[in-house]
Amino acid sequence: MKSNVARFWREIPQRYSLIGNRCGACKRTYFPPRESCPYCRRKSIGNMMDLKFSGKGEIVSYTIIHVAPEDFEEQVPYPIAVIELEEGPRVTAQIVDCDINDVKIGMKVQSTFRRIQEDGYIGAIYYGYKFKPIEVNK
Amino acid sequence: MRDVAVIGVGMIRFGELWDKSFRQLISEAGSKAILDSGVAGKDIDAMYIGSMSSGRFIGQEHVGALVADASGFSHLHIPATRVEGACASGGLAIREGYLSIASGINDVVVIGGIEKMNDVAGTSATETLATAADQEWEAFFGQTFPGIYATIATRHMHEYGTTKEDLARVAVKNHSNGALNPYAQYQKEIKLETALNATMVAYPLGLFDCSPVTDGAASVILCAAERAKEFTDKPVKIIASGQASDTLALHARRDICTLDATVNAAKMAYKLANITSKDIDFAEVHDCFTIAEILAIEDLGFVKKGEGGKAVENKITTLDGEIPINSSGGLKSKGHPVGATGVAQIVEVALQLRNEADKRQIKDARIGLAHNIGGSGATCTIHILEAT
Repeated sequence: MKSNVARFWREIPQRYSLIGNRCGACKRTYFPPRESCPYCRRKSIGNMMDLKFSGKGEIVSYTIIHVAPEDFEEQVPYPIAVIELEEGPRVTAQIVDCDINDVKIGMKVQSTFRRIQEDGYIGAIYYGYKFKPIEVNK
Repeated sequence: MRDVAVIGVGMIRFGELWDKSFRQLISEAGSKAILDSGVAGKDIDAMYIGSMSSGRFIGQEHVGALVADASGFSHLHIPATRVEGACASGGLAIREGYLSIASGINDVVVIGGIEKMNDVAGTSATETLATAADQEWEAFFGQTFPGIYATIATRHMHEYGTTKEDLARVAVKNHSNGALNPYAQYQKEIKLETALNATMVAYPLGLFDCSPVTDGAASVILCAAERAKEFTDKPVKIIASGQASDTLALHARRDICTLDATVNAAKMAYKLANITSKDIDFAEVHDCFTIAEILAIEDLGFVKKGEGGKAVENKITTLDGEIPINSSGGLKSKGHPVGATGVAQIVEVALQLRNEADKRQIKDARIGLAHNIGGSGATCTIHILEAT
């Protein structure tokens, strides 16, 4: 089911630039940004500050998708992982620029700006983050 | 709070039911439960219907009233409510009915669980199931529903040494139970090699690690325990109902390998029933994927965290084991019509406690548990039933 373009447009700061936020009270970090901190609740309302994440992180777990939704069918098999960002929050994203057999738990990765999906019925192309290995030896 | 009993159960054989419509499925299951219970239309105070996504599967919302109508209750104007919590919609419908009786508002309630999944193409069914995951922060990036459970499996293997064979053994065990269940979609045993060599869906999960796309319906009649004997001589008491929630996205959870919704719903249910996990004789758990059964038996407290993978091999969860799991064949072999699943679990637990489970009857079954999960663990319901 295709959605109106606004659904994707409104998430651009997060998906293009990894902008989340930080609770002014307890300093916990969130991605995507939250209206309030689940731990500080009323103390945090109006006290959440934007935070741009470095995009560096580590793979916590992963899978290789062989049966994909229609919009991703041409990409199979592709790895997708849960990544813990160095500032704390975890995200789900594809791993690119490496052999799928090299994807491992603990692998250091860096976010990269890529095309995610395309050609919805409105013809839009959706961009966002994927992650690629950080080459530690070079 | 009043005690609540199950006084009637009914379900149809699950499968790819091309010749039956949504209405036919649910009214057939409902009629069986009503006949089993001995209640008449005038006795029924309310209906609760669990359906995950009738809107996407058959293009029809508003199915609470539709089911009441299809069942022949429109002229009685019975309150009919549809309940949704992804794959836990059936468990939620049971709980809503239970709460309405426990509170004193209703005496007799009909619960229905239904999903007609085969009227859309396979890829549409997959996409609809993925709506149980976080659309903005998981599915948008190409994550799938099997992919989420596969991500859990990869981590479970890494942390606890669980193997692909351990996963496959869950499927083999559940098919062996399902072969004894006349309501199961696949009444057929499978070999370990078949499961291990199946086509890959989302590494490390192959086709036989996944529950199928299924059409099906199940129904249960609930009644205030104090009035149960008016309708049946074999009531089964619901001694606890628990429910909990968690983040929609897997990545936001405390621990990838624990469903905290299960842990918390179980805590609530055990406390209400004043028992521990050791008092449970058998359970129907939500094995939408083989790894999900392993998580469930750990999070419900039947085995220690990390030891779930070896439970089949050690004969703990087999039909003659110390805690038989999924005597019905589970979602893997019985089939997984999502909205019907939580209700069908109660049907199986009640049949076992009534000593009517025939070839798959568990010996001396006194207390049984039903565990229903929505999404990758954002919703969990747990019901504990006791023979009377």
